[in-house]
Amino acid sequence: MVEGKAPPELLNTYSEERVFAAEENLLNSTRSTDFITPKSKTSLTFRNAVLSLARNHAFARALVNSGRLSVPSFLTESRLNTPDDGPFSGDMVPGAPMDDAPMRFAGQDVWLLDQLGRRFCLLVYVNAPASLAANTLAQFKALASSAADGAAALALDVLLVSPAKTAATELKLLQDHTDRFAERYDAQDGTVYLIRPDQHVAARWRAFDAVKVQAALARATCNLH
Amino acid sequence: MPLNLQANFFEPGKRYFRAFTPGDDFYEALIDTHRDLSDEQSAMVNAKLVLLLANHVGDISVLREAMHIARKDI
Repeated sequence: MVEGKAPPELLNTYSEERVFAAEENLLNSTRSTDFITPKSKTSLTFRNAVLSLARNHAFARALVNSGRLSVPSFLTESRLNTPDDGPFSGDMVPGAPMDDAPMRFAGQDVWLLDQLGRRFCLLVYVNAPASLAANTLAQFKALASSAADGAAALALDVLLVSPAKTAATELKLLQDHTDRFAERYDAQDGTVYLIRPDQHVAARWRAFDAVKVQAALARATCNLH
Repeated sequence: MPLNLQANFFEPGKRYFRAFTPGDDFYEALIDTHRDLSDEQSAMVNAKLVLLLANHVGDISVLREAMHIARKDI
């Protein structure tokens, strides 16, 4: 927005998303307080019953609320998200805070989240990066560089993720050597994720489509009217 | 079917991203059910709840197992 690439309207979405997250935090901490310091005799009895059963039974352990860890919100209702147009399994829905995954980059063990800059990023999962069609590769490069010039264009990184170990690619390639990424993101050959600068999922597709990517990018920055 | 002692709470049509959420949803509803009641009234509500849920479960061998576990360590 500072660079004139997004309208002031984007600031309202920051507020909307933080209000949602704050309400979630409040709900969790209210529930924790009710469990830790019961306000009635019955509430105390239930709490003690849970603790007693928790010694031997898994279901009761799950009810022990000793203060839920502060965890990032799933911003599934955010209007910055582009809804799925096909089926995906798992939790990495539009609005989800990204799950991390161990990766290999240039021979080093790295973590996926550490590889993402504070920019929009397109994660492209491919089985065989070496045999990517030349025009597809050219489109990726165009996306990444249209980002670099033009005042109106937004910065977008394009990152390939592949189970295969391939040396020669012009784009940065992360090797999903444990298949954790494929598993957590339900990624198949061709699956594409658009990631926000704050590492939430903005959109995802089963196949790359430059027009859809641009539309999702516009939506995620309030440039879609 | 034996008594299920694994976490088993859910609500149809609701999607959970955190494992603790459905259990917390239930527990909150349970405590809310007792809000502003006297101890005696709460005891009555609990007794009714047990009867309602026992009838829902139906299988008396399962209920015997639950009653046995509930009495332990008292």
